[in-house]
Amino acid sequence: MSKRFGELEAVTSLSLTVEPGELLVLLGGSGSGKTTTLKMVNRLIDPSAGAILLDGENIADIEPHALRRRIGYVFQRLGLFPHMSVAENIAVTPSLLGWDAERISERVDELLRLVELDTETETKHEMRDRPVTELSGGQQQRVGVARALAAKPKLMLLDEPFGALDPITHERLQHSFVRIRKELDLTAIFVTHDMLEALLMGDRIAVMHEGRLAQIGTPSELMQAPATEYVEQLMRTPKRQADAVERLLRTRDDEVVS
Amino acid sequence: MSDQLALLPEYLTAHLQLSLLALALGALVSVPLGVIATRISWLEQPVLGAASIIQTIPSLALLAVMVPVLAAINLQSIGFLPAFVGLMLYSILPILRNTVTGIAGVDPALIEAARGVGMTPRQQLFRVELPLAAPVIVAGLRTSAVWIVGTATLSTPVGATSLGNYIFSGLQTRNYNAVLVGCAAAAALAILLDGIIFALEHGVRLRKRAYTAGASLALAALFAYTVVTFALPLLDDSGRPIRIGAKTFTEQYILSELLARHIERQTGLETEVLSSLGSTVAYDALRSGQIDLYVDYSGTIWATVMNRPSLGESRSQVLREVTQWTKETHGVTLVGTLGFENSYVLAMPESEAERLRISTIGDLVPYASGMEIGGDYEFFARAEWVALQDTYGLEFADRRAMDSSLMYQAVELGNVDIISAYTTDGRIDALSLRVLEDDRNAIPPYDAILLTSPGLARERREVIASLKALIDTISAPNMRKMNRAVDEDKRSPYEVAMEFLESEGRP
Repeated sequence: MSKRFGELEAVTSLSLTVEPGELLVLLGGSGSGKTTTLKMVNRLIDPSAGAILLDGENIADIEPHALRRRIGYVFQRLGLFPHMSVAENIAVTPSLLGWDAERISERVDELLRLVELDTETETKHEMRDRPVTELSGGQQQRVGVARALAAKPKLMLLDEPFGALDPITHERLQHSFVRIRKELDLTAIFVTHDMLEALLMGDRIAVMHEGRLAQIGTPSELMQAPATEYVEQLMRTPKRQADAVERLLRTRDDEVVS
Repeated sequence: MSDQLALLPEYLTAHLQLSLLALALGALVSVPLGVIATRISWLEQPVLGAASIIQTIPSLALLAVMVPVLAAINLQSIGFLPAFVGLMLYSILPILRNTVTGIAGVDPALIEAARGVGMTPRQQLFRVELPLAAPVIVAGLRTSAVWIVGTATLSTPVGATSLGNYIFSGLQTRNYNAVLVGCAAAAALAILLDGIIFALEHGVRLRKRAYTAGASLALAALFAYTVVTFALPLLDDSGRPIRIGAKTFTEQYILSELLARHIERQTGLETEVLSSLGSTVAYDALRSGQIDLYVDYSGTIWATVMNRPSLGESRSQVLREVTQWTKETHGVTLVGTLGFENSYVLAMPESEAERLRISTIGDLVPYASGMEIGGDYEFFARAEWVALQDTYGLEFADRRAMDSSLMYQAVELGNVDIISAYTTDGRIDALSLRVLEDDRNAIPPYDAILLTSPGLARERREVIASLKALIDTISAPNMRKMNRAVDEDKRSPYEVAMEFLESEGRP
């Protein structure tokens, strides 16, 4: 498929398949078209050309709101509703689907446990009624993940979900998500610009560059046989950064010794 | 003061009814309109523009213009409705503008999130956009509420009872206690509403349930009181009271009270006084049956309703033609004259008149070129002034237009030598002024006449019969004395009217 915004072609002739139970990382710099691609999957953006099939069904034939209720979405800029409590945020999609109150309440408890929001110092009951605006960034993103999972979607879309968090929280949430994914056997598309995160989370990585798919493959395939110079450079960044850190620390130590 | 406070429950309730019902309908109109304006982008500017234009119309004019507008579409054009519609229109802009601003101010990321979790456009509006815009919308409601409570005091001239009744009648009769009570009550009501809605805004903004619930409850209670007090009289099928109109000056306040008490005593029917009607409004209100009777003056009907020029007709001739014309044209019955005239007259200090031996306008002519004349705002633009100059060849050294109450002071202090007074004004006696006789009938006759609506003549003949007892019972000196009692001695029109009825020895 392709997406054109006026003169700008954001995504050009992209074609890829995500297998059931797989986590595909869309990796690329800003402006590479990765977020646009993600948004086309749940029709937040409609493609200018081409089609997307979900379990063999063309999503253009599904009402946008009905489609989105079947797909979990974790937003880059949180997107929690500030006028709702933790429980109300999590319960949004189930309530849109018309679940009864008891089922929703049980599901909220289940999700609070799943995203580890009930192990904090306060009880689950207190957490449910807290305004989301009072939570820390990490807690907020856990609520975001819980909300996306609430209606038991088979497919999750995550748009740089942990990007704005401090490194420790970032890492903790990554691990939580890996565990949750395994537990629920989710299919997911995960957008990031962070090479290390891509290597850690992805079953396969699709590298996007200037709106085109540069290469798709498992992390080791990309590592061993980069298709373009861009991919090669990209794959070397973690190593390059680690070397740089080591060098930096060594020179500092020398300075201290002398 | 206590007689003023006795009116407070009635005026305050009426004021609350007008304000809250107008505000409620205003909100019901403007919030959806604001939502539509944010959905259909080309509509936003025209809608906000139209609301702004309404806002620029002076509030008194907006209310006044409702009278002919409603009359043109055959709706009640005097009383509650014109005031209500005017105020409602006036309340729209702040709520509308804040609805648009509030919705436009919702973070686009949240709108995308709302779409992303699977909300339909309607669910996005009701579950995300409106709740997030609510504090801003409520702030608009608050602005409107304060405006409306203030502006509702201007409902009096279109015939709606409000706290403005205190202010308008108080200013006319120079009863500053009444003005004070009216202003204080309106201000207190505005502060109360402002406080309640502020608490609501605070609760909504900070999501404090206690504030939101408390304020909503208080508003709901006020609203319930308003609706109940408004609806109860509508359900009461004992027939509506006899409605008596009054224009905006002391004499009219006294006469309307006098008529009301007389009718109540004679027929046992309930009455209601609609005071401070605009001068041109009164006849139209009578003709269309929105009031049942009032006192007008033959010359006014002749000149402003029938549009006839004054050609020196005699008193009885004018009266005869007015009687016939109103009957044939509008079915309005002229029951009779009250016995006095209230027209423009020239008046000067008694001592000066005595010294110069002036008792008629004719006597004045030789001295006029050395005199200054004072008159009210409209006098020098009226046909009477032209007629005086033409008939007598009067030429004054200078003329000055001023407020009528200042005019009397001016002649007393000698700032002007002569003024255009009103025949029955109490201040003529109080200030020892001599009224100069119009020996050549330059000014048309202004007999006080009792006019009744077509409906009253059909359905309530007993009222008309009872009114006959008042015909020709009030002499000009009598009327002047009563006006003086109110204007100078600060007595209430009700008291003065009662005293007259008692002294006449009526049952």
